[in-house]
Amino acid sequence: MTTQLLAAGESVPEAPGRPLLDAQGLVKVFGTGVRAVSNVSLTMHAGQTLGIVGESGCGKSTTAKMLLRLLTPDEGRVYFDGDDIHRMKGRKLTELRRRLQVVPQNPQTSLNPRLTLEQSIAFNMTAHGYGAAERRRRIPELLDRVGLDPSYARRYPHQMSGGQLQRAAIARALATEPEVVICDEAVSALDKSVQAQVLNLLSDLQAELGLAYLFISHDLAVVEHISDRVAVMYLGRVVEEGPADQIWHDPRHPYTATLLSSTPGLDHSRIVLGGELPNPANPPTGCGFRTRCPLATDECAAAWPALMVRTPDHYASCIHDEPVTLMRDPASSS
Amino acid sequence: MSSHLKVTGLTTTFGRGDEAVHAVRGVDLEIEPSGTYVLLGESGSGKSVTARSILRLYQSGTTITGSITLGGEELTTLPERRMRELRGSRIGMVPQDPTGALDPLRSIGAQLMEVLLVHRIVDSKAAARARAVELLDRVGIADPGRVVKAKPHMLSGGMRQRAVIAIAIACNPDVLIADEPTTALDVTVQAAVIELFRELQERSDMSLLMVTHDVGIAEELGGEVGVMYAGRLLETGPIGEVLATPKHPYTQGLLASLPSPGVERGHLKVIPGRPPLTGETASGCAFAARCPLVTDACHVVPPALVRVGTGREAACPVVNAPDEGSPATVSGFSAGASEELSA
Repeated sequence: MTTQLLAAGESVPEAPGRPLLDAQGLVKVFGTGVRAVSNVSLTMHAGQTLGIVGESGCGKSTTAKMLLRLLTPDEGRVYFDGDDIHRMKGRKLTELRRRLQVVPQNPQTSLNPRLTLEQSIAFNMTAHGYGAAERRRRIPELLDRVGLDPSYARRYPHQMSGGQLQRAAIARALATEPEVVICDEAVSALDKSVQAQVLNLLSDLQAELGLAYLFISHDLAVVEHISDRVAVMYLGRVVEEGPADQIWHDPRHPYTATLLSSTPGLDHSRIVLGGELPNPANPPTGCGFRTRCPLATDECAAAWPALMVRTPDHYASCIHDEPVTLMRDPASSS
Repeated sequence: MSSHLKVTGLTTTFGRGDEAVHAVRGVDLEIEPSGTYVLLGESGSGKSVTARSILRLYQSGTTITGSITLGGEELTTLPERRMRELRGSRIGMVPQDPTGALDPLRSIGAQLMEVLLVHRIVDSKAAARARAVELLDRVGIADPGRVVKAKPHMLSGGMRQRAVIAIAIACNPDVLIADEPTTALDVTVQAAVIELFRELQERSDMSLLMVTHDVGIAEELGGEVGVMYAGRLLETGPIGEVLATPKHPYTQGLLASLPSPGVERGHLKVIPGRPPLTGETASGCAFAARCPLVTDACHVVPPALVRVGTGREAACPVVNAPDEGSPATVSGFSAGASEELSA
């Protein structure tokens, strides 16, 4: 086990690192036929951030759970450093859990209310074989690194604010020296002025430790800010994936364009959709977005289009090449 | 009756003596007929308490002082019986969580009809039912004939919030108070609901008091904004101007901390520390502990709002100081992440 976590980091390689976490063709069907996730493939590289954005029910958290091995996919594989995580056993599995950590959404409930912060962090470390001396040494270092005074070690969750709790949850995740951290709506519950602090902290830690993040959020502005690449999910599928700035400035799927224009306050001509997310238990035939899409044609009812290359490295699943131009042109009056 | 709403020196205190929590400490605001006023603030700032105090939704143990007038009529001294008549008829309310606001056991139609009948908007059940369908249509529900019979659990979140809005506007209120009405909704649905508020206002002279933490929503709605912090207004003025040239260091810091294209990762501007909890006290300006422009004077008394431009006010002696019109820009917010949190 390397113990370089808190050493002043060497510079992290610029180029996309090796694929570290690689999901291929994930499918998850719940109970009575709810297709929560259909054919999702994602690749995460060391030291990079992959953002997943989508609305409630789009399958983003279900995907995260399969990547964390908290749910077994019905189809598809998840590889961590080349090994199928859903076939791992024993030592290898313990090792996976050390290298793959999570910062959950709700800081109020993600820490045990009856343990002090120190005990919570120690719990995670003990499970991964860190001895008492190492725990004593590293816990104050970790707290300091996430911007909490070491005196916080003895505090209980109810004695901390939301922002402090989220820093504590980050400290706990980092305690096992992970390579991948999955952040599921990790800043959504925070006030805006505190959210910025935590986003900066996550970025600093990444630069220092070479962490890979999977950053899940419904907030496109936050995801764009923190991610290298962004995958946009709708009704259990990735409908667009590409470099963060391209997703933001040059979206190629009508749904992404709608999400962007729905973000209040942005200077976009507003596209207001009819209807709401279809019931995933009874999705429309063909493209799942066609019931709300202003560009839908008969062809869209035939099949959900595959992800197609738009520019190198930028994929979208829409039969139109330039859907956004089509959407904006007729209604560019506003 | 006019729909002019005026709040002067509103203070709301929970409990008494040493236990007292001062949630709102002297708020003045005014909404013209068909006007929009957005109360913008983070959690614990007192924005929701202000809205609920106008409706006098707090009972025993809560002290509300100051003056609230609607069309010239003083509400703070109205007998509770009169106040009850006024809630729902002249002032409508849309709460944050539509699921909690609706009775899970009764149909949407029954809940709409109740409001119409209690406030004697219509005089028969048949008329109430017809009006209920009309109202659901007016809030953009595609199939009002079906929805009127539906129980809340059969509807999506967005539909439920539209149903709650239909109930709130059933009596053509003079003022509609909406407390974070889109926070529980997905962004694409949220956009449609904000659009609905604007449409409803265009078609009547109803005024709107919107409570939100979302700067983007404030910008969408337009009108006047009051930025709240620790129970007080720190800055007021036309929304567009306040967002374009914020004067108070808190408003400046809040806007600068939002992620936007072009800000490099890890370099968001940051306000150190955290917002105070509801009722948490400071001797002077509540923002002083986090403010880059703080001076000794800031710790003495909370600064009052003073004019900083046409229709604009800010409660900061430092930025107000010499010449009005050229706003001091706060550059002191650091772009670092790891500053210590104030305990």
